[in-house]
Amino acid sequence: MRILIKGGHVVDPANKIDELRDVLIQDGRIVKVQKNIKEAVDEIINASGKHVFPGLVDVHTHLRQPGQEGKETIESGSRAAAKGGFTSVCCMPNTKPVIDERSLVQMIYAEAERVGLIKVFPFGAVTKNLEGKLLSEIGELKDAGVVALSDDGRPVYSSKVMRHALEYAKMFDLRISDHCQDLDLSEGAVMHEGVVSTELGLKGMPAASETVMVARDIELAEMTGGKLHIAHASCAGSIWQVREAKARGVDVTCEVCPHHFSLSHEAVRNYDPCTKMYPPLRTQEDIIAIKEGLADGTVDCIATDHAPHTQWEKEMEYNVAPCGIIGLETAFSLSLKELVHTKILTLSQLIDKMSSAPAKIFALPAGSLSEGVDADVALVDLESEWTVKEEEIHSKSKNTPFMGMTLPGVIEMTLCRGKIVYRK
Amino acid sequence: MSRLQEKPAAKWSRKDLLELREMSAEEILLILDTARSFREVTTRAVKKVPALRGKTVAILFSEPSTRTRISFELAAKRLSADIISVQTAQSSLVKGESLHDTARNIEAMRADILVVRHGASGVPHQLARVVSCSIVNGGDGSHEHPTQALLDLFTIREHIGHIEGLKVSIIGDIAHSRVARSNIAGMTKLGAKVTVCGPPTLIPRGIEQQGVDVTYDVHEAIEDADVIYVLRLQLERQDEGLFPSIREYAATFGINSAKMQRAKPTALVMHPGPINRGIELSPDVADGSHSVILEQVTNGIAVRMACLYLIAGVKAGE
Repeated sequence: MRILIKGGHVVDPANKIDELRDVLIQDGRIVKVQKNIKEAVDEIINASGKHVFPGLVDVHTHLRQPGQEGKETIESGSRAAAKGGFTSVCCMPNTKPVIDERSLVQMIYAEAERVGLIKVFPFGAVTKNLEGKLLSEIGELKDAGVVALSDDGRPVYSSKVMRHALEYAKMFDLRISDHCQDLDLSEGAVMHEGVVSTELGLKGMPAASETVMVARDIELAEMTGGKLHIAHASCAGSIWQVREAKARGVDVTCEVCPHHFSLSHEAVRNYDPCTKMYPPLRTQEDIIAIKEGLADGTVDCIATDHAPHTQWEKEMEYNVAPCGIIGLETAFSLSLKELVHTKILTLSQLIDKMSSAPAKIFALPAGSLSEGVDADVALVDLESEWTVKEEEIHSKSKNTPFMGMTLPGVIEMTLCRGKIVYRK
Repeated sequence: MSRLQEKPAAKWSRKDLLELREMSAEEILLILDTARSFREVTTRAVKKVPALRGKTVAILFSEPSTRTRISFELAAKRLSADIISVQTAQSSLVKGESLHDTARNIEAMRADILVVRHGASGVPHQLARVVSCSIVNGGDGSHEHPTQALLDLFTIREHIGHIEGLKVSIIGDIAHSRVARSNIAGMTKLGAKVTVCGPPTLIPRGIEQQGVDVTYDVHEAIEDADVIYVLRLQLERQDEGLFPSIREYAATFGINSAKMQRAKPTALVMHPGPINRGIELSPDVADGSHSVILEQVTNGIAVRMACLYLIAGVKAGE
């Protein structure tokens, strides 16, 4: 089976391509990316006027399976990912049960294969049952195929445990992605602490509840030589610290989420629980710092923190509604709007932050259109717009503060391993 | 008459009464003016008017409260409305149904006005988005308690004649007080100069941006204030480590006659009740010559009648 994607503008930062090229795919793999390929093929995909990117890579997705299939499943999450242009996602281990043993890792791989849409790479838990006490059997998890470790949903709270996790995981070359939140400073808090929380009478968490943990983690990574990843950095102080740490050679990488650079805490004013997430929406100054961090390379990649919750859970009082919003389907368009249209990043830099860079950080076989790799490709119309509508969301959950918003950039088609897994 | 009070009264156009922060000075004054005529009603032998006959007022309180609930019930009764009083569980989580389920149920009961008191900030806003009946905020979390602030403004106006230009000090736990937030919004809109006073752990971040001054010195707050508004201290805050002891709080911020020596002779002492006697307010000050605390309670009925009346869509003067 030979497919030719013809006449598209290929942006493949890993191979420094940013021009009109054709992409030839054979038996699910990229054969070549060249100008004007003229070969006999089974199918031609006309990409004229469109952009062709390597499939996007999300290193922070909650698929909720096993245990909370009412919110999302590997199948529904895969559909949402494909619609958003993603061909690889890393799923977080805070499922029920927690992904802290071999059989669960195998189950995720098996189910993703059965679904047959996109690639799912599980993260394993740092500690058993996310309790923050005993290290999970990291060697066995690695053997079963986890690509990194995280207790996401909560921080690895004990500094001692975090130290040992960073040390021990070195043996398996696994990076630890930490959810940085001082649980005491953020106790009972439901949004960013500041002018808006004061007016709304909602308990706020100060930016320091994140930055003190970022500081601790960086100190421990420096001391141990372990590989650290700061998940969903949301405030200026975190960006500054990562910048300094990188400058002095600490092995730290960092991700930010589209909602954190698209909305500020002002969005909470309507008390809609779809604006509630950890870490919370911060201030305009934090948004500026995040964008500066993206521009100068302090921030390595963009991740969605796709966190589906059922409608009825998000119809609760603001202080008891669960945290998190869905993100797979809006991530590219929000990033295009906030980063490329505002000239913070070039299109090529954006594709790097959403495919090659995250793939590289976690050593995933993804993020490029190099010859011989799996043909994971997104076909995008950058000139068109779309409106976020409940009935068109592929995720099982609809919890997004961007509902009704019109955004630029339409994913026209997503191919994974050369197979069309989404077509608009 | 101050400049604001000379302005022609606004027409009431709101479906809901959710917070004072979103209301104009004119709207607030319209409520206060309407309340004045209802206060006269409450002094009659027959304390009842037919204004809301045939209307149903549902009173949904998910927090224990006696005085506000009774005040709303009495206000609705004096307007001849039918009343449903519902006590609900503390939160959706306890009930296992969402807030929207609650709203749908109320909708099905065909209430015209729903008075909501809830321990979570924003619940009246959330309900107002999903039900077609009018919502009156009877106090939500640490957010706002608009009718309390309206009765406070009414009481001040009855005594002093105006709000504009007054110096008001609000003393106590500003961070968790919905009464403070509503009063700050209402008083600043009507031209008063508001100072908040309490330990730094009970002063929320960015409060200055609501146009108030901050002091940690209670003597400074009392001196030359026209109104000394004392907040109730939630005693369990001590367990959160927000101040070392009730004793130290009472010694530092409690208003007693010794501290009142510095106050203007005409200063009003106010409190939203119930009072922790001997903690935020000593008994002699609570019952003393400056105190208008019981008048606040009385005025509460007239103010709530005015709110229900305006919300029900009955035009003033009819």
